[in-house]
Amino acid sequence: MRKIILSVFVLSLAVLVSCGDKTKKDSTEAPKEEVVKEEVVEVDPMQNKGVGPITSVTLAAEVDQELAKKGAEVYKQMCSACHKAEKKFVGPAPKGILERRTPEWVMNMILNPEVMVKEDPIAKALLAEYLSPMSNQNLTEEQARAVLEYFRTL
Amino acid sequence: MKSILKIMTLLFSASVLLSSCGNNGKSSGNNSALNSSNAEKVYVAPGEYDEFYAFMSGGYSGNLTVYGLPSGRMFKEIPVFSQFPTTGYGYSEETKPMLNTSFGMVPWDDSHHPDISQTNGVLDGRWVFINGNNTPRIARISLKTFETEEIIEVPNSAGNHSSSFITENTEYVVAGTRFSVPVPQADLPINEYKGKFKGALSFISVDKETGRMGIKFQILMPGFNYDLSHPGRDKSHGWFFFTTYNTEEANSLLEVNASQNDKDFIAAINWKKIEEYVNNGGGTKMPTNYAHNVYDEHTHTATSTMVKEVLTVNPLDIPGAVYFLPTPKSPHGCDVTPSGEYIIGNGKLSADLTVHSFAKMLDAIENKKFDGDAYGIPILKYEDILAGVVKSGGLGPLHTEFDDKGNAYTTFFISSEVVKWKIGTWEVIDRKPTYYSVGHLMIPGGNSRKPFGKYVVAMNKITKDRYLPTGPELEHSAQLYDISGEKMELIYDFPTHGEPHYAAGIPADLIKGNSQKIYRLDENKHPYAITSPDQAKVTRNGKEVHISMAMIRSHFTPDNIEGVKVGDKVYFHITNHEQDFDVPHGFAMIGANNSELLIMPGQTKTLTWEPKQVGVWPFYCTDFCSALHQEMQGYVRVSPANSDIELSWSLDGE
Repeated sequence: MRKIILSVFVLSLAVLVSCGDKTKKDSTEAPKEEVVKEEVVEVDPMQNKGVGPITSVTLAAEVDQELAKKGAEVYKQMCSACHKAEKKFVGPAPKGILERRTPEWVMNMILNPEVMVKEDPIAKALLAEYLSPMSNQNLTEEQARAVLEYFRTL
Repeated sequence: MKSILKIMTLLFSASVLLSSCGNNGKSSGNNSALNSSNAEKVYVAPGEYDEFYAFMSGGYSGNLTVYGLPSGRMFKEIPVFSQFPTTGYGYSEETKPMLNTSFGMVPWDDSHHPDISQTNGVLDGRWVFINGNNTPRIARISLKTFETEEIIEVPNSAGNHSSSFITENTEYVVAGTRFSVPVPQADLPINEYKGKFKGALSFISVDKETGRMGIKFQILMPGFNYDLSHPGRDKSHGWFFFTTYNTEEANSLLEVNASQNDKDFIAAINWKKIEEYVNNGGGTKMPTNYAHNVYDEHTHTATSTMVKEVLTVNPLDIPGAVYFLPTPKSPHGCDVTPSGEYIIGNGKLSADLTVHSFAKMLDAIENKKFDGDAYGIPILKYEDILAGVVKSGGLGPLHTEFDDKGNAYTTFFISSEVVKWKIGTWEVIDRKPTYYSVGHLMIPGGNSRKPFGKYVVAMNKITKDRYLPTGPELEHSAQLYDISGEKMELIYDFPTHGEPHYAAGIPADLIKGNSQKIYRLDENKHPYAITSPDQAKVTRNGKEVHISMAMIRSHFTPDNIEGVKVGDKVYFHITNHEQDFDVPHGFAMIGANNSELLIMPGQTKTLTWEPKQVGVWPFYCTDFCSALHQEMQGYVRVSPANSDIELSWSLDGE
């Protein structure tokens, strides 16, 4: 299984706080030592559910064709300006997405892109690669679920 | 204890430091304690919201500006009567019809008196209305989209000044003419003015659900100048009051000749009676021609319809509908107290204010105590209807507004001050200078049964030394006073855009939650909208080329277009496919002879471009939309008129 490895810099807040608080403190107090720590975080994309409203999605064994059809319509109107089904475009291709990501992650990426590109390690790495942050198209959860079903048909 | 002392000392020294920093201008620092408490009153911390919206007319800008109070920060300029290249209003194909009139396209006006819609005499925050003074028009602006939704031209009117004031259930928005004219217009010697010219007072109905306007009737009054007006409210609901001047009916050098009579009139109109009369078939239909322009939020397009008829009413045909209240010295503002009992005439050439009593007026009418008539309209006796006189000691009273504690506030233009006085006792409580030559003033809700008497804004005509000089032309100054106490306190001073004649204020809570964030793409009914990028296309119809284009962060679909020729007229129909708040995109085409477009999420707008030179010409997005905004661009190839290159379009080669 592929792992995404990324580095997170943790900066001691003490430094920042002491800067902002100068007027309220005695200047004789010695500044606290600056601590920079590097941490290695490993993320399993097939476990990572992302950040957002979706915590659990159950996929039936069979694709719900009716739902997928609705999802295709939503996808065409709201997503196709930047995503092509089988080809990298402004954003990545959704074909085979469920072999790479959890369904929860996919829906959170659709519903909560601003927070995802700031907090989710995979979304952050994707932004670094694609540069154009994903737009929030204000889909409802039902619409996002339908788009997910459509992705299963690709 | 020790630490508290330490904090106190630090705070004190910090405030000294701050005020000494800020006071290197012309004022001295000896009242810094007062200044800092005033600063707190108007300070809206970063990210915090103002307590009130203020909608200020733009005067000769023709538009309406939106401010926050108490901060005095300007949030938006809403284009109303004037072309606005910033957004393409009045330039885009969709909005050109908004500025259509019986004179053709009039791309500018002089906007004066905004008034917010009411229900039961209380602000309901649905729409704000404003009048165009020059080419008589009334506009309705949605307080959901903050866009102009409708403009109706007012026929038989000229100098649409005693407008646009609304009745307490927004039954009517009322528009009165300042300049009387021949009705219908006719080729007459000007000196035959007297007796031949008429003053039209128009009652424009407002649909309760849609806000849609329609002229219900026009009262053809004697040829005076109808200066300002106000609805009766509460007990006087059903009446409308108009100040007049030039009852002399002079047609030249009005500065002298219209100031001869000691008293002019306030015209009291029983509009309920006239409404009943016309509902029963009264009135005369007169052929006319005026434009009625309506913007549809779903097609994102305005249509202009010419109306050919207007219902006119001769006041003499409806006994008991119109009376004249003698009022000294060319009264300007005509204001009615929140209770509806008192009608205030601000005699602009006087030092005093005349206050008429509605109850006494009804009594005088009941007992037929008339003092002659003017063109058959009964004149009531001044002494019989007078409630009191405010002896202010000021000069040149113009306008009065009210708080919720029984006080009135009047501006004095000549003596540059706001005077606070008590309704009922007529005693002066306080006076404060303005800087300089104040016109209107505004208290949020001060034009309704329920004022929110926390602040008054004075809108001044002269700025002179208030701000850093900017050459001969200066923005007008406004001053904000805290009126929560017995005495008024001047707490802030800020420049305003254009010339705000009047303003309408409303608590932010009444409208901020309704403010629209996006237009839904799936509700877009524009005939050239495309709701998915695969619908993008370019079609030719003779010399017209129509490009249906989509935009989203950060590209256009299509962005390469070929087959356009010199002499073509190219229509860019552009749909913004964003569905997120505050992500507009702009569109600018090199050499376009009109403007740019600023297109809101889910909206479609159209710009025309007539290429005159062979070449490959770029277009781009003007609104910094993302980190890749600079990449949001495209090209149109323009070939010679006789070229046989076929139309083609693509994005990324597809």
